[in-house]
Amino acid sequence: MTNKKNRWKIVLLYLAVIILVIAILAPYSWLVISSLSYRVDLTSVPLHWLPEKVNLENYKEIFLGNENGMSSPNKDLPKGLFNSLFIAGTVTLFCLLVGSLAAYAFTRLGFRGKSSLFLLILAPQFIPIIAVIIPLYMVIRSLGLLNTRLALIIANCSFVLPLIVLLMSGFFSSVPKDLEEAARIDGCSRFGTIFRIILPLSTPGLAASGLFAFIISWNEFFAAFILSSTMRSKTISVLISEYSSKVGVDYVAMAAAGVIASLPPVIMAIIFQKYIVQGLTAGSIKG
Amino acid sequence: MIGKNCGFKSFLDDPKKLALLLIFPAVLLIFGVLIFPMFISLGMSFTGLKLTVPSSNYFIGLQNYIKALGNPAFWAAFRRTGYFALITVGVEVTLGLAIALLLNQKFVGRRFVRGLVMLPWALPYVVCAMMWKWIFDANYGALNALLTQMGLLDNYIIWLGRPSTAMHAVILANIWKETPVAIILILAGLQSIPKELYEASRVAGATWWQQFKFITLPILKPVLLMTIMLKIIWALKEFDLIYVMTRGGPANATNLLSFHIYQNTFKFLKFGYGSALAYILAITSVLIALVYLKVNKSSEDM
Repeated sequence: MTNKKNRWKIVLLYLAVIILVIAILAPYSWLVISSLSYRVDLTSVPLHWLPEKVNLENYKEIFLGNENGMSSPNKDLPKGLFNSLFIAGTVTLFCLLVGSLAAYAFTRLGFRGKSSLFLLILAPQFIPIIAVIIPLYMVIRSLGLLNTRLALIIANCSFVLPLIVLLMSGFFSSVPKDLEEAARIDGCSRFGTIFRIILPLSTPGLAASGLFAFIISWNEFFAAFILSSTMRSKTISVLISEYSSKVGVDYVAMAAAGVIASLPPVIMAIIFQKYIVQGLTAGSIKG
Repeated sequence: MIGKNCGFKSFLDDPKKLALLLIFPAVLLIFGVLIFPMFISLGMSFTGLKLTVPSSNYFIGLQNYIKALGNPAFWAAFRRTGYFALITVGVEVTLGLAIALLLNQKFVGRRFVRGLVMLPWALPYVVCAMMWKWIFDANYGALNALLTQMGLLDNYIIWLGRPSTAMHAVILANIWKETPVAIILILAGLQSIPKELYEASRVAGATWWQQFKFITLPILKPVLLMTIMLKIIWALKEFDLIYVMTRGGPANATNLLSFHIYQNTFKFLKFGYGSALAYILAITSVLIALVYLKVNKSSEDM
């Protein structure tokens, strides 16, 4: 009798999973299909769901370049990919390190003005970037850092870091204080507790925060748009916006670029999710 | 397991010194980069600066702020933004919780689905917005095609052309894009709940609902609160989606606060007024964060 109930539960579970996967994949697969279609298929009524001929033009141009000397967003895409990867990677590593240490201070140490300092650090998240972008541009320009990846790294860190501090504070709060107390009674110093107890237990939090940092810097558009105008530092978000030119949107090409641009973050997510899953080691208090 | 040989210098045991040391790099970076621009734009908000009027860069005190608070267009944008935030955050956090719980169960392909779940958020904003704009397109959109071919619709609907549907189309796109954030945050939070608690309660005869109410929710509370606060603040700032999908239309139906600020700053070139609007938005976010801190503090003392 319990078996029948269990079987229903399993059926429901898989049904829910399937619905979820469809909800996620449906719009995206339309994007992928569009990137492989010819324009005429997309503008036909009733809609052709699958193109009659597959259009690989854009993908070929992205990966292999084209024969004529004209520059096009497609040709710049690989460099843009590299820029985005470099910037997002650096921002992630840096912000995780600095942010976690700060988050530890906020959650485990008491000092005056803690709440106000916390708010102050979060401030960049509150301010819409539109407000600060023009003065920021002036600062970056006077430092001679226009069109450099460093400028974008700094800019991204400034609004990703508060987020990491916030996220890691939340995760550190969920680590029971008793574990640290036990360790300190055993003679461990604070730094020791950070590295031996809190960090290992917060790997899910670190993984989630790292993923966030990466994706936010990857998708970031406005600052990259204003602070970089040459391929030395243009990111992939900016490149994609260039597909809508004065003659209209080349939707098929943009879809192809969009598909390629979305792959690294998704791959990152699949890699990181393994660490998000790690649970608490059992019995650490009782042992 | 935890022995005496994990020591570092003991002066680091002074909480205040250690705290300052740990926070200093973060503060240095954030303020170093943003403090100057922030002050400049704050200063601009106290002037009547309009780029189209050459000599308008004079101090006018709080006039911009007062003007904004008395401006019906501002309040309309504010109301719309509130509605937008309420619905998207409500749906995203609820869905996020449900999906996170789902993804916490064991099933075949779980690892793949967990990675897949990030997809909507991983898409660059511009791509995502264009994709949805195209799906909702009045003439060739996939949604119209799907609904018509399924027989649910007789004529193509101009989703983005009618005020009521436009707002909800944008909300739908936003929910699709942003829910993964809630999912991943809550899923990570779920991992820190010791499994023994569930085992013990199951042995004691607790139902699934009781487990949820008495184990899952209380432990998840800090993470849930943080997620809600974060999403509200992000919803208030939402700009890219509106800019690409509807440009604030039709008839201002999707003219949210961020777009209103953009219009005033970059289109009407009223830099002074626009900056003031931006800081009003910032202050609202700060107030929300204050509420979050207060609620968080009181739950920590419990």
